[in-house]
Amino acid sequence: MAKHLYDETGRLTRFVLRRDRIRIPLWIVSFAVVSAVVAVAFTDLYQSDQERQAIAETMRNPAMTAMVGPGYGLDNYTAGAMMAHQMLLMTAVVVGLMSILLVTRHTRTDEEDGRIEMIRSLPVGRLSNLLSTLLVMALVNVLLAVVVGFSLYALNIETMDLEGSLLYGAALGATGLVFAAITAVFAQLSQNARSTIGFALGILVLGYFVRAIGDIGNEAVAWLTPLGWILRAEVYVNNYWWPVLVTVGAAIVLSVLALYLNSIRDLGSGFFPARPGRKVASPLLQSPFGLALRLQRTGLIAWAFGMLLLGASYGSVLGELESFFGDIELMQQLLVQTEGFSMTEQFIPMLMSVMSIIASIPVLMTILKLKTEEKNGRLEHIVGRAVSRNRLMGGYVVLSLLVSVVMLSLTAFSLGATGNATMEEQLPLGMFFTASFAYLPAVWVMIGIAVLLIGWAKGLSGFIWLYLTFSFAVVYLGGLLQFPEWVQKLSPYGYVSRIPIEDMDYGTAAILTGIAVLLIIAGFIGYNKRDIGN
Amino acid sequence: MTVLKTEGLVKKFGSFPALNGVDIEVEKGEVYGFIGPNGSGKSTTIRVLLGILKATEGQATIFGMDAWKDAVKIHKRVAYVPGDVNLWPNLTGGEVIDLFVKLRGGTNKSRREELIRRFDLDPGKKCRTYSKGNRQKVALVAAFSSDADLYILDEPTSGLDPLMERVFQECVMEAKAEGKSILLSSHILSEVEKLCDKVAIIRQGKIIEKGTLKELRHLTGTILLVETKEPMPELATVKGVQGIEEKEGALSFQVDQQELDNVVRYVSQFGIVRMESSPPTLEELFMRHYEGTGTTERAGVGGEV
Repeated sequence: MAKHLYDETGRLTRFVLRRDRIRIPLWIVSFAVVSAVVAVAFTDLYQSDQERQAIAETMRNPAMTAMVGPGYGLDNYTAGAMMAHQMLLMTAVVVGLMSILLVTRHTRTDEEDGRIEMIRSLPVGRLSNLLSTLLVMALVNVLLAVVVGFSLYALNIETMDLEGSLLYGAALGATGLVFAAITAVFAQLSQNARSTIGFALGILVLGYFVRAIGDIGNEAVAWLTPLGWILRAEVYVNNYWWPVLVTVGAAIVLSVLALYLNSIRDLGSGFFPARPGRKVASPLLQSPFGLALRLQRTGLIAWAFGMLLLGASYGSVLGELESFFGDIELMQQLLVQTEGFSMTEQFIPMLMSVMSIIASIPVLMTILKLKTEEKNGRLEHIVGRAVSRNRLMGGYVVLSLLVSVVMLSLTAFSLGATGNATMEEQLPLGMFFTASFAYLPAVWVMIGIAVLLIGWAKGLSGFIWLYLTFSFAVVYLGGLLQFPEWVQKLSPYGYVSRIPIEDMDYGTAAILTGIAVLLIIAGFIGYNKRDIGN
Repeated sequence: MTVLKTEGLVKKFGSFPALNGVDIEVEKGEVYGFIGPNGSGKSTTIRVLLGILKATEGQATIFGMDAWKDAVKIHKRVAYVPGDVNLWPNLTGGEVIDLFVKLRGGTNKSRREELIRRFDLDPGKKCRTYSKGNRQKVALVAAFSSDADLYILDEPTSGLDPLMERVFQECVMEAKAEGKSILLSSHILSEVEKLCDKVAIIRQGKIIEKGTLKELRHLTGTILLVETKEPMPELATVKGVQGIEEKEGALSFQVDQQELDNVVRYVSQFGIVRMESSPPTLEELFMRHYEGTGTTERAGVGGEV
C-alpha cells in the first residue's frame, strides 16, 4: 500500500526536469557567475591588506550588520572573509526565492490549473508529484552547491580555499533546500499558488529582518531563521559545517511534514480555510481605473514597502559615508568630484539615480499590466462594454503616473529621514524630495515608451525592460567604466539634473515631459486603431 | 427594424482569411442562431461586431451605428457573454458582476439578486475557485441583469449543467418576450432549434445557409421512414434519396423536396406497410453541410447550395 503512494516518482522526476531544462541551468549558472564575478571584483578592488582592513572598519556598525550579517574575521579581513560577509546572505535570500518559485510552480500552480488531476488519474502514486518535486529541488541545490563551490575555488584566490568554497556553496544549497521544504509545506496548507508564494516569501523576508534584529542585539533571536543559521558557518574564517547540517536536517523534517500533510488532504483543498470574499463590489472597483488599481493593489503595497526599505538602508549608511569613501579609490572614481559639497551630498545623486531606476520597475509593471490583461483574454469583458479604449488605457496611464510620484516620494522620504537620523550634519528634507522628483520626467518618458509599444507593437513591449536595464548599466556604471557622455544621453535618466550638486534644469525637464506626453498620445492613437486580443 | 447587420464582412489575420464574406441580419425581437464548427469564424464575427477586432473589409452595424467607430455608444445597449470566460482570480464573482454592470452603465440590484439565485451562484467566492460552468454563470448573470436591447451570446451554455441550461433558455425567452434581440452562437443544435427564429450556418468564414428553420428545411427535404412488404433493392439509385439507414425493420432516408413525388411513387410499388415523414432536425441539416467535407480544407465548395 505504502509503496503505491510513490509509484512513477522516477518518471515524474524526469518530467519535472524536462519542463525546467532551461530554467534550472539558468538559475544555477547565474549564481555561479555572479559569485565568481563579485569575488574577482573584490580581489581586484582591494588588493592590499590595508585597503581591506579599511573596509572592515566601516563594517563595524549596526547598520551594516543589519544589512549583510555579522562580520566574522573583521580583524583579519581577507578576500574570502569579505566575500562571505558581504555576499553570502544576499545570495542565500535569492537562492531561497528560486526554491520558492520552482516548488510552487510544480505543486500548487499545477494543482490549481488542474494538471495534477490529470496526472493523478493515471497509475501514479498520490505523493509522487510532491516527492518528485522535492527530489528535483534536492538535485538542484546540490548541483548549485557544487557548481558555486568549485567555481569559487577555481578562481585560485589565496584565501578562498577548497573547503571554504565548498562550504560557501553548501550554505547556499542548504538555504535553497530548506526554503523548498517550507514552500512545500505551505503548498499543502494554503489553497492556491498565490498565497503559497505569499506565505513562503513572507517567511523569507521576515527571516531576513528577524536575523537583522538578532545580529544587532540578542543572538538567540537570529537562531529563529535558517538565514541566521547559515551565517554561523563563518565561511572562509572558521569553516563550521554543522550549521549546514542543521539546515539540511530541518529541510528533511519539513519535507516529511509536507508529504504527510499531502497524504491526508484532498486534491485541490488546503488546511487554511478560504476566506469568504465580498459579495458586492466596493464603489472603488466600478471603473477601469478602479479595476487596474484593485488588481495591482497588493503588489504595489509590497513595492511601496520595498522602496521605503531601500531608502532606509541607503539612508542608514549615509552617516558612515565620509570615512567610508575617504578610503575607497573606486568610489571616488564613481562620484563626480565637485568642490564645495560634502561627500554625502555628492553621493546623493548617485543613490537617487539607482533608486529612481528601481522605482521605475513598479511603474512599468503597472502600465504593462494592460498587456497582460489582454493576453489573458480579460480585456474583452471591458472593451465589450461601454468603455472606450481611451478610458481603458487612460486608467492604466493615470495609475502608473501616480505610482511614479508615490514611489519616488517614499524613496526620498525614507532616505532623507533615516539619513538625517544617522548623520551628524543634517540636510534639508526638501532637498531629498527635489533630487528624487527631478527623475519624474525621465520615468514618465519610460511610461511613454511603454504606452507607445502597447499601442503599436504589443509583442515588443518587453523591450522596455531591456531599455531599463540598459539605463541602469549606463547610469550606474557609466562613471566607473568611463563611458563617453553621449552613451549616457541614450537613456532618459542621463538627462536628469544631479541635485544637490547641480541646479535643477527646468528646461530639460520640460522637454522630457513633453516627449513623454507625445509618446503617450502616439500610443493612444495606435491603441484605438488595433485589434484587441491575441 | 434591423438591429444588427453585417455586409460582406472580411477579416484577415495576416494573409489568413478568418472571415470571408459574412452577411447576417438580426431583426428586433428576434433570436438569431449562429452555428458552425470550431474555428469557422463565429467568435471572430462576434468580436468584429463588438469593435474588439477591426474588419478588414465590409460593414458591421448595430442599431444603425458602425460597430468599430461607435463601439462605446453601441455597448451601452448591448450585453455580451464570451465563449471562454476568463476572470480575475483574486476578485469574487459578485465583484465581477457589479463591475461589469457598472461598466455598461446602469444598475438593477433586484434583477442581479434574482439571477444569482436562479443560476445558483455563490457570489462570495473568488473567481479562481470557480469551475468553467460557474465562470459562465458570472458572465450570464452580468449580461441578463443589465437592461440591454441586444444580447450577443457566444456559446453561452458550454459548461452549464442541464438545469442551468434551462434557466438560461428561460432568460432568453424572457428577453425575447420583452422585445429584445439576441444573437446566439452555439454548438448545441437542439438549443438553437428550441430558441431561434432564424439560423445562419457559417463555414470557413462564410455564411453558407441562412433563413428561418422552415425555409432551411424546405431547402433540404424530408425524412421518410418506410416499411414495405417487399424489399426495395434499388432505393439507393433513385434520384433524390440520401442517407439510407435501417431502423426498427424499416428504412429511413432523406428525400430532396423536388423529388418527393417520384420517390413516393417508386416506394409505393413495393406495398407500403408503414410510412412516416418528419422534417429534418437542425442536426441533420447541419451535418448535410459538413459531411464529407473536411471543415479545415480551404477549397471546399460542396456546401454552397
